[in-house]
Amino acid sequence: MKLQKASRYALYAVLHLASSPDRHYSTAEIADEYDVSTHHLAKVMRTLVRSGIIESVRGVGGGYRFAGNIRRTTLWDIIHEFESLASDIEARDNLSRPAHIVVSGLEIVTGEIDGLVRSTLDSITLQTLLRYGIEAIEREYHAAEARAGSG
Amino acid sequence: MDIRQADSTGVSVRPATAADESAIVALDATITGTAKSAYWADILERYTGPGNGPDRCCLVATSTTGEIAGFIVGEIRAWEFGSPPCGWVIALSVAPDRRERGIGSLLLGELCAALKQGDVSTIRTMVLRDDKVNMSFFRGEGLAAGPYIELEKHLE
Repeated sequence: MKLQKASRYALYAVLHLASSPDRHYSTAEIADEYDVSTHHLAKVMRTLVRSGIIESVRGVGGGYRFAGNIRRTTLWDIIHEFESLASDIEARDNLSRPAHIVVSGLEIVTGEIDGLVRSTLDSITLQTLLRYGIEAIEREYHAAEARAGSG
Repeated sequence: MDIRQADSTGVSVRPATAADESAIVALDATITGTAKSAYWADILERYTGPGNGPDRCCLVATSTTGEIAGFIVGEIRAWEFGSPPCGWVIALSVAPDRRERGIGSLLLGELCAALKQGDVSTIRTMVLRDDKVNMSFFRGEGLAAGPYIELEKHLE
C-alpha cells in the first residue's frame, strides 16, 4: 500500500499532536520534526481542522492541538479525509466479453484487498498505534542491550 | 479459579454457572438483537459443567449487586493446517452502559490466564472486519492479524 503524501503528512501531524495532548505545535515545528514540506503540511493541517480532528490555538504559543478521542479515532478516520484507497479497476459498459471477464475478475480481487486494507486501518486507533511504536522502540532497546551484554 | 476484582472496573470476575444463563441471554440479546436461549444453555453446559479443565472457560464480570456486566467464553482448540493448539476467544460482551471502564480487558486478561494453564502460548479470535468496536478493542489488547486468514464460500 502506498499512501499519498497528504495522508502520510496528516498521519505524522495528528499522531504527533495526539502523543502530546497538552502541547501545541506549529506547522513549522511538525514539518521540521518529520522533515517534510511546511507549505504542503499547512494545506493538510487546514483540512484536518475542517474535519474536526485537530483545532488551531491562537495567540502566543499557539499552533494546533489534537481535538479527537485518542481511544476512538482510527487511522482510517484520518486517511479518508485525503484519499479513498480504492483500486481504480472498474468494468466499463463497452468492454468486449473477454475484456469484461478479465476486468470483472480483477474487480473481485482488488475489492477483497481494498476491504481488508480499509478494515485494518479502521481497527487501529491512535492509542493502539502509539503503543505499537513504544513497544517497537523498547524491543530495539532490549535487543541492543542484549547485544552489548554479549559483546 | 479465584475471583478477581479490578479497582477501576467496579466488577468481579468469576466462572459462570448455569444460574447465569438468563442474564447472559439477556445481555447477548441487548447487543445482538436476538435471544438465543438454547445456544447459551448449550454453551454453559459444555463450558461450565463438571469435568471441564482449563481448555474450556466461561467467565462473567459481576457488579457489587451481582448484576452481570459482561461475559467471555474461550477454549483451547487443536487446529489443522500446521497450527499447534491455541486459545480461542469465542464470545465477549460487555453491557453498553458499562463500557470504557476496562471490563473487557479484565475479562480477556482472566481468560488468557486460564487458557495459559492449558499450555498454549497464543490466543485467536475471529471478528467481523467491519465491527469497529470489537476490532479496535482486540487491537488495543495487542491482538493483530495472524498467519491464518478466514476463507468462506456461499453455498448455492
